[in-house]
Amino acid sequence: MLQETGTEWLSQEVKTGTTIIAVEFDGGVVLGSDSRVSAGASVVNRVMNKLSPLHDKIYCALSGSAADAQTIAEVVHYQLDVHSIEIDEDPQVRSAATLVRNISYKYKEELSAHLIVAGWDRRDGGQVFATLSGLLTRQPFAVGGSGSSYVYGFVDAEFRRGMSKEECQQFVVNTLSLAINRDGSSGGVAYIVSIDEHGTEEKVVLGNDLPTFFDQ
Amino acid sequence: MIKNTQCYRPRTDLLLGKKKKKKKKAKKAKKKKKKAKKKKSTSCTSGKHKAHFTKMATLAVRQSPVGGFSFENCKRNAVLEGEANKVGYSLPAARKTGTTICGVVFKDGVILGADTRATEGMIVADKNCSKIHYISPNIYCCGAGTAADTEMTTQIISSNLELHALSTGRVPRVATANRMLKQMLFRYQGYIGAALVLGGVDCNGPHLYSIYPHGSTDKLPYVTMGSGSLAAMAVFEDRYKPDMEEEDAKRLVRDAIAAGIFNDLGSGSNIDLCVITKGKLDYIRPHDEANKKGVRTGDYKYKRGTTSVLTKSVTALNLEVVEETVLTMDTS
Repeated sequence: MLQETGTEWLSQEVKTGTTIIAVEFDGGVVLGSDSRVSAGASVVNRVMNKLSPLHDKIYCALSGSAADAQTIAEVVHYQLDVHSIEIDEDPQVRSAATLVRNISYKYKEELSAHLIVAGWDRRDGGQVFATLSGLLTRQPFAVGGSGSSYVYGFVDAEFRRGMSKEECQQFVVNTLSLAINRDGSSGGVAYIVSIDEHGTEEKVVLGNDLPTFFDQ
Repeated sequence: MIKNTQCYRPRTDLLLGKKKKKKKKAKKAKKKKKKAKKKKSTSCTSGKHKAHFTKMATLAVRQSPVGGFSFENCKRNAVLEGEANKVGYSLPAARKTGTTICGVVFKDGVILGADTRATEGMIVADKNCSKIHYISPNIYCCGAGTAADTEMTTQIISSNLELHALSTGRVPRVATANRMLKQMLFRYQGYIGAALVLGGVDCNGPHLYSIYPHGSTDKLPYVTMGSGSLAAMAVFEDRYKPDMEEEDAKRLVRDAIAAGIFNDLGSGSNIDLCVITKGKLDYIRPHDEANKKGVRTGDYKYKRGTTSVLTKSVTALNLEVVEETVLTMDTS
């Protein structure tokens, strides 16, 4: 028994417990994630930024197995780099999402990671794509990770089309805060990334600055 | 997927109780036949095979994977271990470094620390093993997990990094070593049990990474790994401050490893430190002997002269040399 508790972390895969969310607004997208990475019952990184850049204006949110998600993001980052040089302009969000989807589908059995791809491009503005188990679907907003189950009701009730960038950011922060409160595998700080035609803005909301709800 | 099943020819000879040994040859032959069949597209669904399909109705035969690694033997090993445990035997345990390893970024560089105990099951195999491995003159790596895996992984990456540095003509970067390590560990899908703390100083300043057996990495100002990681992390979370001085940082790392040594069964013996800064490298082994072997205060040996000699008589033995043979021994 003693041996088991000592080397448990070795056999258990490092997972990003996670809550991730991406929301589209008129003119861009807002992505948000928590920052907890766990291996079994122990937290191995409490400040991991799960919003990984695929290109200047395209980001992806990682969830599931940390190794699988990081590797997919890095491979797609490289492939997108090559693609954007080939077409000699900024890639479309749909292209990035397709590259992620191709890897997720081909290695469906071996990988256990879910990436939400979101960004802004000139042709279609802000877009959010979900790539769960190899499907590709464009949605007005997407949530993922273990913490998402606790906030489906909230996002379904509170999401409205035509929100401004600030309203979207507030919506994302509220969602993350609620999910972090209820999900054991989500926690730490909240990372927010806002992408629009003018640029990309990365923000960190520290734990004590997160909005509080009922008896806190 | 539908395309595959049409071209698939079921192996009924495997079904009819043939020995498992032949399966691999049969699979190779099946692959060759499949390739040949794909060229002539019409024969797959000919009447000759319909009879086989009816026999095969309830059984799904596995298709061999195309490309990539095959982890068949790992599954077989797991099954063998299960069977052995049932009978009461246990397979030999790989030597692990129970371990507490940690690293911290301070003002001028990074400090890596490690304990020095290597365990084989519940026995200490090595009381003073070196867990801080050389990667390049400015990059060192602590290893936890299976001792052989950490040794060989760090040696392979060290060698590749040296070739890479010669090819680029520049001092290697820590991020490069990190990428090489994580890509190799991901390729092996966690079967290489090496959990590493990689630290070094390059043209962009000091960097510290933690790398997990499955291939995920974290870039942080302070990291701990190993069975004693929780004890060491507690010390770090309490006393870490950004931009510490070298002496403070050394004391912090020493205390973190000591916490791991005293509170974790898998860690013990001495504390090794490695201080890496832009200009110099200090490999301090041991930095602190946390567990010194005690000195015996009493002695059960009898001194010469305890028993007094009463009489002494010498008898000579007259021997003749009959035969002499010389055997050479290879002492090279």
